Amino acid sequence: MSQKQIPGWIYVLVIPLANILLAAFVASLVFLYLEINPLDAVSTMFQGAFGDSRSTGYTLYYTTSFIFTGLAVAVAFHCGLFNIGGEGQAYIGALGVGLVCLALGGKVPFLILLPISILAAGVFGALWALIPAWLQATRGSHIVITTIMFNFIASALMGYLLVEVLKPEGTMSVESAVFDQASWIPKIHEVFAIFGIKLKTSPLNLSIVWAILCSVGVYYFIWQTRWGYEIRSTGQNASAAEYAGIPLGKTVILTMLVSGMLAGFFALNVVQGEAHQIKLSLVNGMGFTGIAVALMGRNHPFGIVLASLLFGFLSQGGNELQFEYGVDPRIIVVLQGLVILFSGALENMMKHPIEKIYFKLVANRKTTAVGEA
Amino acid sequence: MEVFTNLILILDATLRVATPLIFAALAGMFSERSGIVNIALEGQILASAFAGAAAAYVTNSPWMGLLAGVMVSVVFAWIHAFATVTHNGDHVVSGMAINILAAGLTAALGNFWFNQGGNTPNLVDPANSIDARFTPINFPFADSLADVPVIGGIYSELMSGHFLLVYLALAAVPICWWIMFRTRFGLRLRAVGENPSAVDTAGISVTHMRYIALTICGILAGLAGVYLSVAVTAQFLPNMSAGKGYMALAALIFGKWRPRGALLACLMFGILQAIADRSQGASLGGFAIPVQAIEALPYVLTVILLGGFIGKAIAPKAIGKPYVKERE
Repeated sequence: MSQKQIPGWIYVLVIPLANILLAAFVASLVFLYLEINPLDAVSTMFQGAFGDSRSTGYTLYYTTSFIFTGLAVAVAFHCGLFNIGGEGQAYIGALGVGLVCLALGGKVPFLILLPISILAAGVFGALWALIPAWLQATRGSHIVITTIMFNFIASALMGYLLVEVLKPEGTMSVESAVFDQASWIPKIHEVFAIFGIKLKTSPLNLSIVWAILCSVGVYYFIWQTRWGYEIRSTGQNASAAEYAGIPLGKTVILTMLVSGMLAGFFALNVVQGEAHQIKLSLVNGMGFTGIAVALMGRNHPFGIVLASLLFGFLSQGGNELQFEYGVDPRIIVVLQGLVILFSGALENMMKHPIEKIYFKLVANRKTTAVGEA
Repeated sequence: MEVFTNLILILDATLRVATPLIFAALAGMFSERSGIVNIALEGQILASAFAGAAAAYVTNSPWMGLLAGVMVSVVFAWIHAFATVTHNGDHVVSGMAINILAAGLTAALGNFWFNQGGNTPNLVDPANSIDARFTPINFPFADSLADVPVIGGIYSELMSGHFLLVYLALAAVPICWWIMFRTRFGLRLRAVGENPSAVDTAGISVTHMRYIALTICGILAGLAGVYLSVAVTAQFLPNMSAGKGYMALAALIFGKWRPRGALLACLMFGILQAIADRSQGASLGGFAIPVQAIEALPYVLTVILLGGFIGKAIAPKAIGKPYVKERE
C-alpha cells in the first residue's frame, strides 16, 4: 500500500482533527468524573473567554504569549530540533526587557525605547539558546537535555538577580522595581479609547501586533528564504542536506538563535505590556504550552495563531471554570497534556485506521462505478 | 568537633535528598538503556507522590500508599511505552505530555478529592487517628551509642534513623547493576538499546523488552515519588517533584548510564542540595557564593559534561529511535 494514493487533506485535516477529538473525548471523561458536564463547561468557558471586551482581552493576551512560545518551538522543529528551553529563554528575555526599561524608562521617548526593548528581548532570549545550540552543533550534546538544564540555570540565575540585584531596597516581595510608566507598551483599550471606542480594561496590549508580525515573518523566513530552505532540509534529512553543501552546524545555531529570540519576545507581552516589572517565575509554564501550540498548529504560523487562540481560550475559560464550579484551574493543564499526547506522541495511532477507512471507501466507490458501467 | 558534627549533618541530609534521585536515576537507566528517552520521569514521580499520599491517607496505611504510588507510576510508564514503542511516537513529546498531564491531573484530582488547594491532608494527624507516614528505622543501640564520639555520630546519626526507602535505594544500586550487567535479561535489555534489529534477528521481541524495561522504570520512579510524599513531607504538595526527574536524568547522564556512576552523581547533587538547604550560601576564601549558584551547579556540571569537557558521556546507540521492523 503506497502512501501516494492518499490525498494530502487526509493528513492535514482529517487525522489532526481525529487526534483533537480523541483528546477532547478523554478530557470530557475527566470532566465527567469531576462532576462537571463537559458541554456546560464549554459554554461556561466560552462565556468566560469571549463574554465581553474584558474577557476577550484576557483571552487575546494569553494568545499573544502562546504565539511567541509556539513559534519558537515550531522554528526549532523545522530543523529537527526540540527546543524545550522556551521557558528559560523567555525568562531571560524578560531580563533583557527589564534592564532596558529600568535603565531607559522615562529618559528616552517610548518610540525610541520600544525598538531597543524588542531587540533586548530577542537578543537575551537568543543568547540563552546559543550555548545549547553551540554544544549541539559542535560537540553533539543533545539539545533536549541541555535546554532542560538551561531552564533550571535560568531560574537560579533570575532568582539570584532578583533577590540580590534587582529588588529595590526595603521591599519584601522578590520582584524588580516597577518600570517608569513611559516605557509601558500601550494597552489595546487605551489605544481604542483614543478613537473613541470604549473597551473594558484588560491586559491585552500592542504586543499582539508584534506577535502577528512575527508569525508572518516566520512564514516568510521558513518558506521564502535560503536560510529557511536550509533549516527545512536539515530537519528533513540532515545527511542529505550536508551532502548538498548545507553547513549543519551553522544551520543549527541559526535556528536556535531565531527560536530563542521568538521565545524572548514573550517578555514584551508579559513584562513590558502587563506586569511592568520582573517577577519570579513569570513564565509559569507558558514556554511548555508552546510545545502543545506548535504541535497543534502543525508548525505552520497560521496554524500556530489558531492554536494559540484555542489555548488562550482554554486559559481564560479555565479561570472562569474555577469561579463557576470551584474546580482547580489547572484542569486546563490536563487538557494541554492530552493535546500533546494525542496530537504529538500518538499522532500515528489514528493514521493506519483512517488510511484503511479511506481505502475502503475509495474501493467501494470504484466497485459501484464498475458495476454501473 | 563542630566541623565533624556539621559534616555528619550534611551527609545525613545528603542521603535524604539523594534517595529520590537514586530511585529515579535507576528508573531512567532501565528506560534509556532499552532505547527509550524518558523525560517523563518527572511526571511519574509527581503522579506517584500524589497517588501514594492519597492512598495512604484514605487507607491509613503507608504500605497501601506505596502500592498505589508504584501502580500509578507504572501506568504512566505504560502510556509512555504505548506512545513510543507501540506507535513509534516521539519520545520527548510523549514525555513532555506525561509531565504536563501529571501536573494537571494531580492538581485537579487533589482539589476535587480533598479541597485543600491541591494538597493532600497531612498523613500524621493524631486528632483524626491518621498515622500513615513511613517511620524512620532506628538501628539497635543507636540511642545508647549516640553520645560516643565519632562512632556515635556516624552510627546513630548518619547510618541509623532513615526511612526504609533510603536503605532500599542504596540496596537497589547493586541489585540493578547485577540485573543490568550480569543477567541474560540485562544483556538483552542493553542490546535492545544498542542494536534492536540484531536482537530482533535473534528472536527476541524488541517491543516486549522495552515494555518490561519501562515497567521496571515505572516501579523505581514510583518509589521515588512515594518517598517524597509518604515518607519525607507526609503530605502531597502540588509540583513537589520540583525538577527531581530532570535532575535524576542529569545524574544518569553524569554517571554515564551506569548504576555506580549514577549513584555517585546523585550523592554529589545531594550534597550540593544539602549545602544549599543548610546555609544561605557558602563562602570560598572570603568570596561569597550565592545559594542559587550552588543550586544551579548540578545543571551547569551536566551541561559541561554533555559538552564533552569532563569525560565523555556516550548514550545507548539506538536511544530515541523508534524501531520499525521493515526499515531495518
